[in-house]
Amino acid sequence: MTAIEARDVTFAYGERPVVEDVTLDVAEGAFLGLVGPNGSGKTTLLELLIGLRRPDAGSVTLFGDPAHRFDDGERIGYVPQNVTAANDGLPITVEEVVRMGRYPHRWIGRFDAEDRRAVRNALDRVDIADLADRRVGRLSGGQRQRVFIARALASEADLLALDEPTVGVDAESREAFYDLLRDLNDDGLTILLVEHDIGVVTTHATEVACLDRTLFFHGDPDTFVETDALAEAYGGSHGVVHHEH
Amino acid sequence: MLSTAPAVSTVPLVAVVRRLLNAILDDVWGAGLDLVAELTGVEMLASPFMQRAYFAAVCIAFIGPVVGSFLVHREMAMIGDTLAHSAFAGVAAGLFVNAAFAVTVPPLLTALVVAAVAALLVQTLVDYAGTYRDTSLAIVLTGSFAVGSVLVTATDGGIAVGIDAYLFGSLATVSRANAAILLASSGVVGVVVAAAYRPLLYVTFDTVGARAAGLAVARYNRMLAVLTAVVVVAAMQIMGVILVAAMLVIPVATATATAVTGFKRALVAAVAAGQFATLTGVTLSYLYDVAAGGAVVLVAITGYAAVNVAVAARRRIVTRR
Repeated sequence: MTAIEARDVTFAYGERPVVEDVTLDVAEGAFLGLVGPNGSGKTTLLELLIGLRRPDAGSVTLFGDPAHRFDDGERIGYVPQNVTAANDGLPITVEEVVRMGRYPHRWIGRFDAEDRRAVRNALDRVDIADLADRRVGRLSGGQRQRVFIARALASEADLLALDEPTVGVDAESREAFYDLLRDLNDDGLTILLVEHDIGVVTTHATEVACLDRTLFFHGDPDTFVETDALAEAYGGSHGVVHHEH
Repeated sequence: MLSTAPAVSTVPLVAVVRRLLNAILDDVWGAGLDLVAELTGVEMLASPFMQRAYFAAVCIAFIGPVVGSFLVHREMAMIGDTLAHSAFAGVAAGLFVNAAFAVTVPPLLTALVVAAVAALLVQTLVDYAGTYRDTSLAIVLTGSFAVGSVLVTATDGGIAVGIDAYLFGSLATVSRANAAILLASSGVVGVVVAAAYRPLLYVTFDTVGARAAGLAVARYNRMLAVLTAVVVVAAMQIMGVILVAAMLVIPVATATATAVTGFKRALVAAVAAGQFATLTGVTLSYLYDVAAGGAVVLVAITGYAAVNVAVAARRRIVTRR
């Protein structure tokens, strides 16, 4: 089954196209890493793929529906860019955020046993049950990442979209975080990851898409490392990094 | 009043609403305060004038923080101030129409209409101008105040007398009709926020995530702006146009500064902080014959400062141990 089908997708802010003629399929169960230089349109493409933006030309199909009209909110888990800076002052607790994962199932009315079980399981799965009553704004970057992942798990999402999720997170937490993503992917969750760190993507993802306005490469990580797609996309100024763990 | 006006019964809805209002204002609120006055010997609690003022204080300190909780953390606090100034233009328009055409349109009604339209205008400007939120707000704020000041001066200064009460707030503006408007506003705000609590919280915490979760974020932003307009118009009577935004912001800031965890608990704490400020402020305003809005804001800010000092002191004691 295909989770996402993008066909000749073009999107511009004003006059300047940031994504041009991108055709890309994401199979269910894939772990796709989206890489490219700064300003290459990675975030925009991610937003197009999960229907947060409507393409100027071309089409995106998300689980069989036009992505921009897709409103099955509980199927998409989203982890925003730079969560470490987000809303520090809001006195919201970890549990309140994870409960948001159930909101698309239940925008109004009391949570039932199923909702509470999903929240409890999500907190346990990413190992933050002991932080449930803490303010999110007072957690470390790594802990906050887990809160957002737990929110997606609580919604029982089929697709997890992450936009440079480890900016501002210490190295140790990052490793643990990507291991967690891989475990979740092994359990069948489809993952879209925008990353600036190419090593992370080639090590953890099952597919790589390399973008600089247009799509330079889409395939498995090993082939990606062997081709010169990276050099083309980055203008030849970057060496290929491949972490072995 | 009802028994002497048989014509009213031909309009059942109006009759029901009026009876409900009488029941709440007289039989519950008035009788309750009468009893408190008798028990404590505090005479001002028995005066209908002060009973209405306290009623307004309770309503304002409920709706302000409830809506403000969703605004402050998105740095949308200035929207309250902007809408207050458009409400001023609405009041001026109402007074102008009344003076020019010998009709009686309640100025609060015109204020509500103008502020609600301004709320939608501000959201539209923000949607299109994107990052230029500040500029959009400044244009609507100054533009509406300009309209208001022109309308006020266009009528030989005759309505300038009435406008003072709205600019600085006054206990005397809380007529029975205005108390009814406050009650209705509180009902609307309470019901809408309770029904839309989850979408509003989602949008407040994480706008992009809310869109990914399938929410029509722009629609909730507009709803929040219109709710803010309702709050501003309702609270304007006591607080005054210039100070009304304080009730959206300061109690929420006070609650956030405390050690309270959880958005819902912080919302309740903000309402409590608001109640303390308005009830104390209204009492001081009556006792010392000073502007109600100013007194309320000064009490609110004192509370905010006290909470911050207390939290800092406690932190110092804890770290010293």
